[in-house]
Amino acid sequence: MFSFIIRRSFSSIPTILILILISFALMRLAPGSPFSTDRGLPPEVLANLEAKYGLNLPWFEQLYTYLKGILFNFDFGPSFKYKDRSVNDILAQGFPVTLTYGIWSFIVAVAVGIPLGIAAAVKHNTKLDYAAVGFSIGAQVLPNFVMAPILVIIFTLWLNWLPGGGWNGGQWQYLIMPIIALSTSYMASIARITRSSMLEVLHSNFIRTARAKGLPYRSIILRHALKPAMMPVVSYLGPAFVYMITGSVIIDIYFSTGGMGQFFVDAALNRDYSLLMGVTIVFGVMTILFNTLVDITYAWLDPKIRL
Amino acid sequence: MTNIIKPIFEVDNLKITFDTPDGDVQAVKGVSFHINPGECVGIVGESGSGKSQTFMAAMGLLAKNGRADGKIIFQDHSLLDLSVEELNHVRGKNMSMIFQDPLTSLTPHMTILQQMREVTALHMDLSRDDTDRLCREWLDRVRIAESARRLNQYPHELSGGMRQRVMIAMSMLCSPALLIADEPTTALDVTVQAEILDLMDELKRESGTAIALITHDMGVMARMCDRLHVMRHGEYVEEGDANEIFYNPQHEYTKMLLDSMPRIDDAQRSSHHKLKPIDQNSAADDFLKVDDVKVHFDIKVSGGIWPKTLPLKAVDGVSFKLRQGETLGIVGESGCGKSTLARAVLQLIEPTHGTVTWLGKQINGLTREELKDKRKDLQIVFQDPLASLDPRMTISRSIMEPLMTFAPQMSKSEMKETVMQMMDRVGLDRNMINRYPHELSGGQNQRVGIARAMIMKPKLVICDEAVSALDVSVQAQIIELLMDLQEEFKLSILFISHDLAVVREVSHRIMVLYLGRVVELADSLEIYHNPVHPYTKQLISAVPIPDPEIERKRKSIKIPGELPSPMDPTAQLKFLPSKLKTEQKGYLPKLFEHSPGHFVAEHDKLEVLLS
Repeated sequence: MFSFIIRRSFSSIPTILILILISFALMRLAPGSPFSTDRGLPPEVLANLEAKYGLNLPWFEQLYTYLKGILFNFDFGPSFKYKDRSVNDILAQGFPVTLTYGIWSFIVAVAVGIPLGIAAAVKHNTKLDYAAVGFSIGAQVLPNFVMAPILVIIFTLWLNWLPGGGWNGGQWQYLIMPIIALSTSYMASIARITRSSMLEVLHSNFIRTARAKGLPYRSIILRHALKPAMMPVVSYLGPAFVYMITGSVIIDIYFSTGGMGQFFVDAALNRDYSLLMGVTIVFGVMTILFNTLVDITYAWLDPKIRL
Repeated sequence: MTNIIKPIFEVDNLKITFDTPDGDVQAVKGVSFHINPGECVGIVGESGSGKSQTFMAAMGLLAKNGRADGKIIFQDHSLLDLSVEELNHVRGKNMSMIFQDPLTSLTPHMTILQQMREVTALHMDLSRDDTDRLCREWLDRVRIAESARRLNQYPHELSGGMRQRVMIAMSMLCSPALLIADEPTTALDVTVQAEILDLMDELKRESGTAIALITHDMGVMARMCDRLHVMRHGEYVEEGDANEIFYNPQHEYTKMLLDSMPRIDDAQRSSHHKLKPIDQNSAADDFLKVDDVKVHFDIKVSGGIWPKTLPLKAVDGVSFKLRQGETLGIVGESGCGKSTLARAVLQLIEPTHGTVTWLGKQINGLTREELKDKRKDLQIVFQDPLASLDPRMTISRSIMEPLMTFAPQMSKSEMKETVMQMMDRVGLDRNMINRYPHELSGGQNQRVGIARAMIMKPKLVICDEAVSALDVSVQAQIIELLMDLQEEFKLSILFISHDLAVVREVSHRIMVLYLGRVVELADSLEIYHNPVHPYTKQLISAVPIPDPEIERKRKSIKIPGELPSPMDPTAQLKFLPSKLKTEQKGYLPKLFEHSPGHFVAEHDKLEVLLS
C-alpha cells in the first residue's frame, strides 16, 4: 500500500509534465494572442505588453520560467486578462465555491444513486426496476442547461422558495438548485452502473452458496454482493468526483456562483494563457489523485488486488 | 418394498418446468426416489438431463423462471411448501450442498473463517471461541494443513482442491443429515479428486451423513454409491443397486454410457476404437522434433517499492520426437504446462529457449510471413468448442477461412464444395451450413472445430483437451472421428488431456508432464502396465474405474503434500527429496532410459516418498 502510493506519485510526475507541455504547445500554436483585439493595438503598445508578460522571449524560456514558478513558489503567474490579479487569486476565489457545491452534489448523487441501483437489481423486472431505469434514462437525456432553467421556474418564479442565483458565502438556499442540477445526471449514471453490476454479481456462484447456507436475503446483498458490485461504480466515481468539484460552466454561469467552471471557458476564449494552464493543472492533479484513491478502494473491495 | 428404515429424503412425482421465451420447457418430468439415512445415492446423466435441477428445487435454488410441482419431503418438512424464511432454517443446517466449481463458489472478499462463522451464527448457538474452535476442527478433518493460518486467508490464496475442502467443511459444520454434492470433483485434477472422494466417503461412514451425488462420471459412481439412478431427458431410465447397474444394465442408455466410458485398466476393451499400430523403426528426425523447449513467463511479485519480476517456468526443457501418423499423448495436471507446450510447438507462443524442427527445418524464429506457409500443415483443436469459434460467423465460414488464406486461387463455389465435403466427412449435416455456433450442441461445434483444422489436410494436429468438455457418449464419437481422419490423412496427433483413460485409448506413446518437465515417456501399453515414476503411478491409481468391485478394493497412492507452486525452486525435487538433503536445491531430475523406449526422470523410491 505504502509502496504503491510512492510508486504512483513518481509515475504521475511525467504525466503532469506531459499535460503541461501539451496544453502549453496547443495554446501557442493557436492563432492570435491575449492582446489581439478587433481594433488592433499600436505595435509599440503590443510590444510593451508582451515584454511585460515575457511573451517576447523564446518559447522554451517561457516554459522554463513558468515551470520554475510552479515548482518552487507554487505560483501560476499573473492573469493575462484580469489586470492586477494573479492566477492564484482567481483559483483561491473560485475553487472553494465549486468544491462546496461539488462535494454536496457528489454526496447526493452517491447517496441516492447507489441505493436506487441496488433496489432496481434486487427487484429485477418489477415496477420499481422499471421506474428506476426510466428515471435514469430521463435524467441522463435531460441536460443541465435545460434542468437549470426549469428549476428556476419552479422554485424561484412559481413557488418563490429559493433565490434564483448568487452565492452568498454558500448559504444553503443558494446551494440547493446548483446541487440538484449538477447531481441528477451523475446520480442516474451511478444508479445504472450499480444496477447492472449488481445483477451480474447476484447471478454468480458464491451468491448461490450463500443462499444454500440459509442466509437471509438482506445479508446476502449487504455482506456478499455489495462489495464486488461496487467495483465498476467506484471506477466511475473517481473521474466523476473530479468533474463535479472542478465545476460546471453551465451551473456557474446560470446560477452566478462565481465558481471555477466559468474560468475554464473564459480563459480559453480570452487566451488567458496562465489562467488556462493553472486550471488545467489543477484538473490534472485532481484526476491523478482520485484515480489513486480509486485504486486503493479497489484493493479494499477485492483482496485479490494487491497494491 | 419393505423399507424398515424411514427415508430422510423423499421425492414424489417431481416436475420442474422452466418458463422460456420459446414456451415452457420441462427439465424434470415426474421423478420419484428416496434417500435413506447414511447412504450414498448417485444420480448419473449427461448434460441437460435435469439431474441437478431436482436438488436445486429442494434447496430453493431454482432459477427465477423455474417452477417445481410435486412433493419433496425432507425430515417431515415439505420443502416445496416452505417460505424462504422457513427454508432458511433447513438449508445449510440439516441439508447442505456443495457445487461443481470450487473456484467461484466462495465469496472472494471474505476470509474462510468469516464465511464459516456465518453458518454457525445462523444455525447454532455458540460462543465466538467455540465457533472458531469448531471451524478449525473441521478444517483439520477435511485435512487442510495449517488450519489456523488458512482460516484467515481469502479464497484466492487457496488451491481449487483446498477450496472444495473448505466448501465441504462449511457444509458439514452443523452435521447435516443430507449432503448434496453436485459434480463435486469434475473441475479438479484426478489426484485431488481421489482425495476429495475419499474424504466424502469417510464423512459418510463417520458422521452417518447421507450423500446425494450428482455426476456424469461412472467411475466416480462406482467408487462412491450404494444405489444409483440413471437419468436422461428429465426421466429416470434405470435405477437400482450399484452392482446391479454396473454388472447387469437393462436399459440401452445405461449400456451405452458404460460402454462409452474409457477404461484405464482394460486395454483390450477399447475394441471399437481402431488405433493403427505404427512403424516404430521409421525415422522420426525429419518429421517433428522438439528439442529442449523452454517457455518462461515474467511474473510480477510485489514487495519493496518497485515490483520485481521472476520467471515462471511453464515449460522447462522438454524434448520429444513425433513420427508421421503417430499419436503422442501428453498428460499432466493443471498447471503442468501441457497447453503452453502445445502453443510453443505451433509457435503461437515464442519459446524462450530450444528449437522446434518441422520436416527438417527449424520453425522457431521465423517471421510471421514465413510461418504462415507452415501453418497450413500445423493445426490445433481447442478445448471449449463454443468459445473457440467466432460467434458472428456461420459455421461454414469458419470452416472456409483456412481456404481463403491458403488457397485464394479457388473459386467461391469450389470452396463451398470443399466445405460441404468436409462437413460430410466429420458428420455434420449439409443443411447446417448457415447455422451459427450457438445454434449447435457442444459435440457439433467440436466437429466444426475439427473440420476447420482438417480442411487443409494438415500433417500435424494438436488436440488441446479437445474432448474434455463433452459428454462421454459424444466424446466417444469425436475420438472415433479423429482416429478415422488420422488413418485417412496419415495424420500425426499431439493429444493433450488431463484424462488418462482417454489418452491411453488414443495414443501410441504417452508423455507425462510435471511442472513443465517430462517425468516419464513410453509406449502407451508399457506406461500403464509398468509405470516407473511415482508421479505416474499416483496419477494412474487416482483414476476411478467404472467397476464397483475393482474400484472399492483399489487404494489410490497418496504422496503427502499439495502440488507445489512452480515458483518454488525446490518444486522439481518433490519426487527426489534425497537431493534436498544434500543441499542441491536447484537440481533438476534428469531423464534416463529405463528400458528401450521407456524414459523416466530420476526419482526416489515410492516407499521412501510415502513414508
